[in-house]
Amino acid sequence: MAQASSQTLPASTPARSPYLVLFVSWLIPGGGHFLLGRRGRGALIFLAVLLSFALGLMMRGAMFQPKSGDLLTTLIQYGGFVADLASGLFYLLSVWLGYSQEDVAGHSHDYGAKFLVAAGLLNILAMVDAWEISAGKKD
Amino acid sequence: MKLSHFEAALLFALVSSVVLGVVTKKTDRERVRYGLYCFGSFMAALFGIAWVMHFLHG
Repeated sequence: MAQASSQTLPASTPARSPYLVLFVSWLIPGGGHFLLGRRGRGALIFLAVLLSFALGLMMRGAMFQPKSGDLLTTLIQYGGFVADLASGLFYLLSVWLGYSQEDVAGHSHDYGAKFLVAAGLLNILAMVDAWEISAGKKD
Repeated sequence: MKLSHFEAALLFALVSSVVLGVVTKKTDRERVRYGLYCFGSFMAALFGIAWVMHFLHG
């Protein structure tokens, strides 16, 4: 599939497996775009996701955990966890280094949790974009 | 670090607009225009909803 789709790639796009591009995009925000030679766009994505994630950490935002409860709690916790995880290396490093915060009351912490989730969701958009470029669906 | 609601919304609009601009459209010019359009739309919604809440709360 990757071979068939790479036949339609523009000459400026190095042939890369879309799965590799997707993985690198997840691990390092903007990394997939770098692999595909879109360095400017990759750098902008990296900086935007980093800024959002860093703001979330500095506001001591909570990271969601995959906890179960009633339907709404399960949706929020699992959805938030997936979104946090989508920040890739930023999430893994912050958890590993102990920056994962417990959920505490306060509007600033609440904004922080939203910035952490937003960083992951923005990276998902970037992952999809990199996948489509590597599959020859867009430039 | 403590930010006001306005400051947080401004920064959120900034990072979101950058990524939305980058991942959509075909040319750099279109991407810049769309990023600015998204940022402007965020700001319009921010101020619009703020005024609605101001009048609703009297």
